[in-house]
Amino acid sequence: MPPADPLDDYITAAASALALPVAPEWRPAVKANLEVTLKHGALVAEFALPDEAEPAPVFKA
Amino acid sequence: MIKDLAWASAAEIAQAVASGAASATHVVDDALARIAKLNPTLNAFTAVTAERARAKAKRLDATRDKSQLPLAGVPFAVKNLFDVEGLSTVAGSKINRSRPKAARDATLIERLEAAGAVLVGALNMGEYAYDFTGENVHDGPSRNPHDITRMTGGSSGGSGGAVAGGLVPLALGSDTNGSIRVPSSFCGIFGLKPTYGRLSRARSFPFVSSLDHLGPFGRTARDLALSYDAMQGPDADDPASAQRTVEQTAPLLARGLGDLRVAVASGYFRKAAGTEALEAVARVAKAANARDEIELPEVQRARSAAYVISAAEGAALHLDRLRHQANDFDPAVRDRLIAGAMVPASLVMKAQVFRRWYRERVLELFGRYDAIIAPATPCTAPKLGQQTFILDGVEFPLRPNVGIYTQPISFIGLPVVAAPVPLSPLPIAVQIIAAPWREDIALRIAHALEQMGVAAAPRPAL
Repeated sequence: MPPADPLDDYITAAASALALPVAPEWRPAVKANLEVTLKHGALVAEFALPDEAEPAPVFKA
Repeated sequence: MIKDLAWASAAEIAQAVASGAASATHVVDDALARIAKLNPTLNAFTAVTAERARAKAKRLDATRDKSQLPLAGVPFAVKNLFDVEGLSTVAGSKINRSRPKAARDATLIERLEAAGAVLVGALNMGEYAYDFTGENVHDGPSRNPHDITRMTGGSSGGSGGAVAGGLVPLALGSDTNGSIRVPSSFCGIFGLKPTYGRLSRARSFPFVSSLDHLGPFGRTARDLALSYDAMQGPDADDPASAQRTVEQTAPLLARGLGDLRVAVASGYFRKAAGTEALEAVARVAKAANARDEIELPEVQRARSAAYVISAAEGAALHLDRLRHQANDFDPAVRDRLIAGAMVPASLVMKAQVFRRWYRERVLELFGRYDAIIAPATPCTAPKLGQQTFILDGVEFPLRPNVGIYTQPISFIGLPVVAAPVPLSPLPIAVQIIAAPWREDIALRIAHALEQMGVAAAPRPAL
């Protein structure tokens, strides 16, 4: 048996925490999309920026 | 009198109607007849507002002085995420069909109509604008007028098809990551994605609030300028609307290229580009005297950050619908949105921090250059139903990746004109990217390319 993929556990937990229905037949596509998005996220997150760097959106009261 | 109304520009129509050489009623009836004839093939329209359009045309014809109406009698249509009084704003979805009918038009419709334009209908789009194909599982795909077996591009697919097919000279669409520029490229027309905050989004259905832009499509750069000028100005109904006065661009078109400094984006923008995209950029670069090649800093990461923000913000918008109406979504959209809902907030915030850093670095380039040229899409229009395509020798899913060249630009809200290069058999567009609030420069360059015969909206054989 192949080792369990932690992303499967994450999807199960996130779906439950967010009260999102994920039918078994949707799972492969959801997982594939999440994998791609997390890769994009990791590429951004690994780029070192100072703690003082501000996020882009500015709320103006 | 205009001989060929199907391919007349908005400027020509407005001049004829304002001078009394043509009646608005005749122009509008002609457009409605073309829509009735061609829409069964192109599937660009999801609603036709014939009664309203005829009434508006009649009022225009009864107006004695039309000299102050820069778009007198110009038929136009809008992506169906714009509120149109009396219609439900479906945004390409099945779910939104149960929404109450809009009580008031979107601001941009009001402004175009105040300039004399006549709304003739609402246009097909990818569900909730999370799309680059122009396909729609509920309404069927919008079809490319240059080859009806091919995609229009999305998500403003109906806008691309309606203008390229000669159904209307002018349309509005939205662009979050490329949804104006991609259909402009695949359909071979001009499209303007203005600076973020420049045109009001009031009373349009959102997708990713921090990235959503609205803008026009046309068959000439002048028509983009005329419609854009009519739509500018602050709007208290859109919190992102900039407090800038109207800066007319149409009167500046005649200045031509002048001494504008134009560079070509290389590196990332060449790596996955197909032969046609490279050819289009080369032609435009030569005509615009763009000799310098520049690299946009960390542009791959910028595209990734836009991807992450879109996934998360889009999912947040639809969270309740995903919980309670998941089966009513287009499955391809649903599965992306569910995944987006699971993206950790820490990554989204990192993307927003990176966004400011990237913006500052890119803006530095505009100290040296007035405009940057880049491909709009890596390829010409793919076949309808095509699921994957090859980028730089690797097979990728098509739907999320058509916007690789548009996404890093809208990410920081820069104004862009997509200018079509009439390659055969299929056109493809280049992006003319300017500094924030300098739509005038991008439009001037597009107009100059048109004058030189390098950019043009080719007429399809329909």
